[in-house]
Amino acid sequence: MNPTDATPPASSPPSGMARLRRSFFSPSRGQAVVAVLVGLLAFAAVTQARLTGKDDTYAGLRQAELIQALNGLQSASRKAERDISQLEATRDRLRSSTQRRTTALEQARKELRTLGVLAGTLPATGPGIRVTVQDPKGDLSLNHLLDGVEELRNAGVEAIEFNDRVRVIAQTSFEDDPDGVRVDGVVLRPPYVIDAIGDPDTLAGALTFQEGFADDVKLDSGSVSVKKEDRIKVTVTRTPSKPRYAQPVPGQ
Amino acid sequence: MIAILGLIGGVVLGLVLSPDVPLAMEPYLPIAVVAALDAVFGAFRAFLDGIFDDKVFVISFISNVLIAAVIVFLGDKLGVGAQLSTGVVVVLGIRIFSNVAAIRRHLFHA
Repeated sequence: MNPTDATPPASSPPSGMARLRRSFFSPSRGQAVVAVLVGLLAFAAVTQARLTGKDDTYAGLRQAELIQALNGLQSASRKAERDISQLEATRDRLRSSTQRRTTALEQARKELRTLGVLAGTLPATGPGIRVTVQDPKGDLSLNHLLDGVEELRNAGVEAIEFNDRVRVIAQTSFEDDPDGVRVDGVVLRPPYVIDAIGDPDTLAGALTFQEGFADDVKLDSGSVSVKKEDRIKVTVTRTPSKPRYAQPVPGQ
Repeated sequence: MIAILGLIGGVVLGLVLSPDVPLAMEPYLPIAVVAALDAVFGAFRAFLDGIFDDKVFVISFISNVLIAAVIVFLGDKLGVGAQLSTGVVVVLGIRIFSNVAAIRRHLFHA
């Protein structure tokens, strides 16, 4: 069926190279036939090469191969979908946790502001009264002044400031001093100017009722003037100190 | 000489005409090309051995192509087309290699 199957002749005529050289210059009928067939082969090979180059991946595949490719694509797409849903769940989880955190942070900030006003760490402004206590003779009793502060506290004062120098908070101490009073270690001289933020009418009422603060000061030969204002500014702040002994109860 | 001209002519013709292969023939063309390539190398080896016969060459060329195509066709019908065409290509490739080895021995004595 194939010429290679034949065994070469025993006698050794001219070598292959010589024969090739000779036949190269002497055309024959056999060579024409060979030329036609080789040409046919070249034609088919070129066509096939062009076809392979032009083909997209799936056009030349058989049915079984197409099914295999389809299965591969399907499993890949299933995997991708699983990945997508997983990532989406992660994203939603992160988003909701971020939202929760933002809300909590916002609430904590609000609380910090509120507490900051009460604890005196933040400056405050709002409606209130300005109380001026004149004490020309220096006879004002510390107890009476303290009573005045207590009256203000009873009336729901939210921020108190003495002489624009001392912020009065829960721990504020009052002591007698030869020059006047010592509030939280700061010596204040009369006249004492008390800025108090709260409902102006309530605060004013708390100081001026019968036999109240104003009358007590008068007994000490001083005088009290109360001025309601729409805008009182309490600008003095203090740095919060960490409690040494009191610990917050956990879980509350 | 004429064979080389035929080779060049075939390449040029294929490039110029760039024919469309019918869809039914598409799976057989690559196998047929490999089979024909095997026949050509076999013929060249026979030529160098001094036993070349153009009639034998024509018959071997055509029968090679036909048998390769039939094998692939049968494989497709039996559902093992892909594997069978791989087998045909492997066998033909081995033959081409052994033929080329003989040709090399003739031309370069190595």
